[in-house]
Amino acid sequence: MSWLAHFNYWAVIVVMMTGLYMAIAQSDLMRKLIGITLLQTAVFFLYISFGFVRNAQVPILTEGAERYSNPLPHVLILTAIVVGVATTALGLALVVRIRERYGSIDEAELASLADEVEDLEPHHDFDDQDEHP
Amino acid sequence: MREHLPILLVVLPMLAAPICSMLPRGRQAWLLATAVSWAVLAIAASLLIRVHAEGTISYALGGWPAPIGIEYRLDGLNALVQVLVAAIAACVLPFSGRSVQDEIDADRQPGFFALLLLLITGLLGIVATGDVFNVFVFLEISSLATYGLIAFGRDRRALLAAYRYLVLGSIGATLYLIGIGLLYALTGTLNMQDLAARLPAVADTRTAQTAITLVMVGLGIKMALFPLHLWLPNAYRFAPSAISAFLPATATKVAIYLMLRFVFDIFGVGFAFGRLELNEVLLALAAAAMLSASLAAMQQRDVKGILAYSSVAQVGYIVLGAALATPIGLTASLLHLFNHALMKGALFMAMGCVMLRVGRTDLDAIRGLGRRMPWTAAAFVVAGLSLIGVPLTAGFISKWYLVLAALEAGWWPLVILILVASLMALIYVWRVVALAYFAPNESQRREEAPLSMLVPLWLLVLANIWFGIDTRLSVAMAESGMRVLMAGPP
Repeated sequence: MSWLAHFNYWAVIVVMMTGLYMAIAQSDLMRKLIGITLLQTAVFFLYISFGFVRNAQVPILTEGAERYSNPLPHVLILTAIVVGVATTALGLALVVRIRERYGSIDEAELASLADEVEDLEPHHDFDDQDEHP
Repeated sequence: MREHLPILLVVLPMLAAPICSMLPRGRQAWLLATAVSWAVLAIAASLLIRVHAEGTISYALGGWPAPIGIEYRLDGLNALVQVLVAAIAACVLPFSGRSVQDEIDADRQPGFFALLLLLITGLLGIVATGDVFNVFVFLEISSLATYGLIAFGRDRRALLAAYRYLVLGSIGATLYLIGIGLLYALTGTLNMQDLAARLPAVADTRTAQTAITLVMVGLGIKMALFPLHLWLPNAYRFAPSAISAFLPATATKVAIYLMLRFVFDIFGVGFAFGRLELNEVLLALAAAAMLSASLAAMQQRDVKGILAYSSVAQVGYIVLGAALATPIGLTASLLHLFNHALMKGALFMAMGCVMLRVGRTDLDAIRGLGRRMPWTAAAFVVAGLSLIGVPLTAGFISKWYLVLAALEAGWWPLVILILVASLMALIYVWRVVALAYFAPNESQRREEAPLSMLVPLWLLVLANIWFGIDTRLSVAMAESGMRVLMAGPP
């Protein structure tokens, strides 16, 4: 067993950790979301490579085929992809709204803005700020 | 009909959600959601009674038998957690009518109730299912609904809180997904029962250990176990009042249920606690949560912030009992899970009433509340006493059991820890109560919250007293849940 025998797992780990690092270290909200997406995609790869069987057929009943790849991980990942798309969409929607109401999507800047507001504005005056072009 | 009740419980709110979002007015959506939540409570209660009369219920989705198809499996433990979620939902929804009207724009109200129904679907689904991948799907349904609901908060910081929770929550769910993927690669099954039966043969591999670690960290984020709780305080603080009342009483509880299920029923205590010594990690984290979160709660200037940090501390209590892994420790843990939902639900509801009348929930807004909103303030006091653990309240019972469990295990320092954390709870509750009753306030008009909010609030408050005096029902339920867990993997 050489290192290369498991190169799919190495690739998965590299992508996964890149995504996780981005989600934690980037201060730009958009880049954080890209990190999350990378992390999720890496998990999709991981599942798909579990399902692979050497010298096997696509899991569709055909004449003469005896070994099939495992179709279950593919099905699971279809679900996980839908979940991932929903998460990304919601995340992006939140980023748009944050940009509308704070005028920034940089985490460090947002932290200082949030503190400023606490003393200046009463809580119920925010509603009319929504209608920025 | 009767045999389909386990799935109906989950499907009913799911089907009502899109209908809700299409209704033209917020009022109609609220009526539909409230009706659904009561129906759900009735179904959940009937299922709990049936489980106690006839034993475990197994429901095969689509008629596919267990290891191949998805199985819903109700036993003494999750039938109880379902009733808890349904009961809190049935209390919060009537309460939410007025507060949503006040806090959320009219055209967005139907969407709000649709999301709330989806959240209920997700939580009930997590609890009912016996399939670990199905858990992931419901976990994400409930999480996505939660992110959206938090973002409904009036304060613009609600958006940031929702975004932070989205990032952390997605990382947590992804870690969980990797964990169960590894378990599937090892055992070839996703059914909980099947998994429990096949795991021992492969338990001593690094893959299994990695999988357990990933699942536990993923769930740790969801249940806000210290130090993975950073998303929680702001999320609870800036969410709309109805959501801050609903989430602490249900969402973290469901995640804790899931952790108990994994540790005791799937991995098995012998492996998770004996071989991997996870109990020592959990004990240390629980102790740190109780102390640090109580300290943080004492320094908050916003009452919702105080309550949010206190929730993190209470997660510590619940995990503490579970980590002892003795029958009485687990009973204490389940009792506190149940009782804490009652008290935190009531406390956050009281803050919802304050939000409606005063418009803020910081400590200044509380000044003179005893005269301004006597019923709300009194409810806060009683639920606060329960949070501290004063005798004759529900909080006392669970803490009493917890102390007994710690003594039985011979852990003296834990007893001191529980007492110190309770004293700290006394301090942060007292800060609020003192301001409410003994601080002068120039406006002394009486403006009590409407009955539609006071009745659900007081229902929960009275439940706190009821379960503090008559403990037969709650202790019997907790013990039957405990027996399920102590029986371990099949």
